Amino acid sequence: MTSEAAAVDRVFRSEFGRAVALLARVLGDIGLAEDAVQDAYLAALRRWPADGVPDNPRAWIVAVARNRAIDRLRRDRVLERHTEELTRRAEDEMNRYDESADDDTIPDERLRLIFTCCHPALATEAQVALTLRLVAGLTVPEIARALLAAEPTIAQRLVRAKHKVRAAGIPVRVPPDDQLTDRLASTLAVVYLIFNEGYVATSGPQLRRDDLAGEAIRLGRVISTLMPDEPEAAGLLALMLLQHSRRDARTDAAGEVVLIGRQDRSQWHRDEIAEGVALTERALRMTRTPGRYALEAAIAAVHAQAATAEDTDWWQIAALYEMLLRVSPSPMAALSRSVAVSMAQGPAAGLALADTIAAEGSLAHSHLLHATRADMLGRLGRSQEAAAAYRTAIEQAGNEAERRLLQRKLADLPEPSQPRTTG
Amino acid sequence: MQYVLLIYGDPAAAEGMSEEDGRAMMAEYFEYTEGLRRSGAYVSGEPLESAQTATTVRQRDGQQVISDGPFAETREVLGGFYVLECDSLDQALEHAGRCPGVRYGSIEVRPVMVMPATA
Repeated sequence: MTSEAAAVDRVFRSEFGRAVALLARVLGDIGLAEDAVQDAYLAALRRWPADGVPDNPRAWIVAVARNRAIDRLRRDRVLERHTEELTRRAEDEMNRYDESADDDTIPDERLRLIFTCCHPALATEAQVALTLRLVAGLTVPEIARALLAAEPTIAQRLVRAKHKVRAAGIPVRVPPDDQLTDRLASTLAVVYLIFNEGYVATSGPQLRRDDLAGEAIRLGRVISTLMPDEPEAAGLLALMLLQHSRRDARTDAAGEVVLIGRQDRSQWHRDEIAEGVALTERALRMTRTPGRYALEAAIAAVHAQAATAEDTDWWQIAALYEMLLRVSPSPMAALSRSVAVSMAQGPAAGLALADTIAAEGSLAHSHLLHATRADMLGRLGRSQEAAAAYRTAIEQAGNEAERRLLQRKLADLPEPSQPRTTG
Repeated sequence: MQYVLLIYGDPAAAEGMSEEDGRAMMAEYFEYTEGLRRSGAYVSGEPLESAQTATTVRQRDGQQVISDGPFAETREVLGGFYVLECDSLDQALEHAGRCPGVRYGSIEVRPVMVMPATA
């Protein structure tokens, strides 16, 4: 790729969502908006190498896309798909943003677009693809690579989703106040899903997957900037920044998983931690009843602020998990709380909680429950029971890296375990 | 735009209903329909006789075939519908969410297709 083409790509990557959002609001049609911005991209590829990148690329893109949209509307009107009235109204709206418009006069409409892409009438996988395409500005091949899917699959998913938005009349707007809490929660869930696709990747080229986590952070930043009074928007951004800050320490040179207690903390990204901690504090100050993202961010912040694993404030983490369980009860959070309690008060207290979770049965098939019990039993010197629990965990572990980690732990048990226990 | 709310329910559950509960449900539907009229969204709507009274017509190779049924594979069958005029899917979903049918079965919300150049 030439450096000029790379410059076009860079500018469009950062401006795509804003341009599509603005046009989608005016045209009331996300597909038409996307096509118009894509037209502007092709025009930029032709003109920028000769004329240079314009001083205000955002205004240039909006102006060119606007003209192309009007052309498309006129063509469509000939096909009688749009009424004269609609075309005229769109032209009037479009003409309000002339070529002299600058950053301050071009409104940021991305929030509407995000809520449209994450509308619950769309399937979750359609929400993810649509958000990555229209808001994040990823191309179809990029989305396919990031989600480990075939390009035609993603292309078709996008076509269907855009058709449903138009044909079913999904509005391009921020939901009214009475629906906002629910809709924001499900929108944040889509962003966190995109983040986790990148964060817990076990296959595929690592670089691309890291990019996906980075895209989720960009999306989280847009939402939290445009909704500054929503504590969960700030909480999610904080949580993602804090988790992402550890990315370089999560695997060793051989690609093996390194748990947080053994990570090389000098590899953590301090600038991201500082921003994540500040955002966490802001999210917690905004409300008396912090939500799940703010609380999970607070837990991540306590880890991030400990200079060494031994300095971790486990009492505070245990207390935060208790709050989290009240807001958003889940067996996994309960299990994490048992770990925190075992570190704060000792393995016996932790094991009592883990045994309660085991008795409830919902995590019976999760290797994490058995691995957690194994660790606590080992610390209590009950090596034989610990070994049995590790073996169950190894049987149930989903991927090779985790299985190898558990085998190392089994081998590390203080007393040699009996390979052939009966019963 | 216009939307159709297709109300699906389990006929066995409706048959098992006490007379009192049945009357209460009817009253709820009357109230719901009245609310739709007042909001201006109401275009039309009807309850349907049971699926056992349904007859299916097909034409194959020029031959008309009339048959009893359809006999649904699923437990829930179409029991009635509303046609509403709404500004967006969100408004249609709001109306659907208030329909008594959501508590007994499920409601499929479908946009009415806009035919080009017919107006």
